[in-house]
Amino acid sequence: MLKLEKVQSGYGNILAVKGISLEVNDGEIITLIGANGAGKSTTLLTISGIVPCRSGRILLKGEEIQSLESDAIVKKGVVQVPEGRHIFPQLSVQENLDMGAFMRTDPRKVKDDLDYVYSLFPILKERRHQDGGTLSGGEQQMLAMSRALMARPQLLLLDEPSMGLAPLIIKQIFEIIQKINQESNTTIFLVEQNANLALQVANRGYVLENGKITISGSAKSLLENQDIRKAYLGL
Amino acid sequence: MITFQELKRSFFISLWFVFLTFPIMVIRVDSIEKTVQWRWMNMLYVAVGAFILSLIFRYMMRRKEGQSADDDEETSTSDQHLIHRWLTVPRYRNIIYGVMLTLALVLPLVFSTYQTSIMTTALLYVVLGLGLNIVVGLAGLLDLGYVAFYAVGAYTYALLYHFFGMSFWIVLPLGGMLAAVFGILLGIPVLRLRGDYLAIVTLGFGEIIRLILENWGEFSQGPSGVSNIPRPSFFGIDMSLDTALIYIYYLMIAFVIFTIFIVNRLQNSRLGRAWVALREDEIACQAMGIDKMKTKLAAFSLGAFWAGIAGVIFAAKTTFISPRSFTFIESAIILSIVVLGGMGSIIGVIIGAMVLILLPEYLRFLSEYRMLAFGAILVCMMVFRPQGIIASVRRTYTYNKKETADGEGA
Repeated sequence: MLKLEKVQSGYGNILAVKGISLEVNDGEIITLIGANGAGKSTTLLTISGIVPCRSGRILLKGEEIQSLESDAIVKKGVVQVPEGRHIFPQLSVQENLDMGAFMRTDPRKVKDDLDYVYSLFPILKERRHQDGGTLSGGEQQMLAMSRALMARPQLLLLDEPSMGLAPLIIKQIFEIIQKINQESNTTIFLVEQNANLALQVANRGYVLENGKITISGSAKSLLENQDIRKAYLGL
Repeated sequence: MITFQELKRSFFISLWFVFLTFPIMVIRVDSIEKTVQWRWMNMLYVAVGAFILSLIFRYMMRRKEGQSADDDEETSTSDQHLIHRWLTVPRYRNIIYGVMLTLALVLPLVFSTYQTSIMTTALLYVVLGLGLNIVVGLAGLLDLGYVAFYAVGAYTYALLYHFFGMSFWIVLPLGGMLAAVFGILLGIPVLRLRGDYLAIVTLGFGEIIRLILENWGEFSQGPSGVSNIPRPSFFGIDMSLDTALIYIYYLMIAFVIFTIFIVNRLQNSRLGRAWVALREDEIACQAMGIDKMKTKLAAFSLGAFWAGIAGVIFAAKTTFISPRSFTFIESAIILSIVVLGGMGSIIGVIIGAMVLILLPEYLRFLSEYRMLAFGAILVCMMVFRPQGIIASVRRTYTYNKKETADGEGA
């Protein structure tokens, strides 16, 4: 579905992603793990077109998208849940979700999707008239994910969904990530610091170090890899 | 009620004020007699005045803090402004609108032409405020050079009449459109910037337009301005000055209603939602597929459009314009209208414009202290109601305590 070929990007003089190549297949959950500042988030932002791609190619279903604007990329079905949630604090939960469906032109299906997200996260339905900024961290993460789902993505880019959340809520969120993947056949590209959790839900994984991919393989093999166990799993 | 602490603070503040005002209030040099007068009584007035004002200020501040603490206790809707609560009930709403419209319509019949003329100016600023409200209040782009678009509108009419003899009604839409084009031209390079940087660049743009008008003599007649601009015609009937002013007043009422209608529709449209979202979080907007550039440009050019229209009417009303009408202070006043009235709230902007334009007029009885009193009122307003006279509805919500208490475990 998505293929990155020697992609480079960064900010100003700093190159954060130094020529990475990876592949995401239809319907799988793939994860990119790595330490702080490894370039994980930048990779996602580059795919979404929010950070420009300096060189290399990004192919979505064989079509080059690296020079497209972010809104055109969303139209093609690639939607990101940015790191730190980035919900709209002064809009109500309902309005936040409406913004997610901004590009959609089929109001009836949007209504169905709204019901679907509310069934995934019943708490959001309870709070639909409350301002986004008044939600707790976990609820905000749920809102951010729901908002992205409202755009009906084919490929969902999740940036650190576990950030700053309590273990119980993280577990709940990861269960829902798997559910989204299975029920609506959404391909998921998950970026995580919590390598253990990420590898447990993912099919395959890549390890990013200093802007370069050092190890890749099936999630299972990565979980068993001695280097990874030492560096990221703390075992 | 008043603590010793407060008395002490106020005492020191009054001492400080005495010290600050000493050179101008107490010492008076008579340059003819070559003597120095010491007006000690003035010192006493300043001390007592500063002391009392400081006490009142402290008392008000304490009451305000106490009030917000009370608000947390109750689940009342006191946070929502009374007017908004009325406006949500259709029956009250229609009554309020009806009363406002009737008042506006009978005003020229009851009051003198002078009053009507002031009111026309206030209405002009209502349109300007509503236009800037799109840019600042909705889209969150701080524009300090808004007056430039006003100038573009005014000069469009003045010069098109001067060179080609075009009439008011033809130029009116042209002025708006030209201003909108200027908005886009300025917007393209500038909208990549954010916040303070954007503010400074727009400020510069405002000054550039004014300086061009001032210095390009052959084109705009320079600092002497363009005079003898005709007032709008009414099916070719000649009108006396009084009737013409009343006619412009009614025109202005129509335009204000038109503007409110359009701005209200815009606010609740898809584009309006995109503006609000863009104001809140740019990255999220991009992730949601909102075209950042197009949305910002739309806000800029639509805001500029209303300024252009207001400019044409301004030129027609005063029949004389010069670059001096379009200095930075005008931008500042329009921005104050938006902030004072309540960002993003239409009715707030209307009241803001009325207060800011009418107040200086009706404070004239204070003669030289007029602007001092005006400034003091503004400061107090911002201290005690930072959200504006009437906050935007979007900002006020009812926080149901029980519901959150239940959901805390989740």
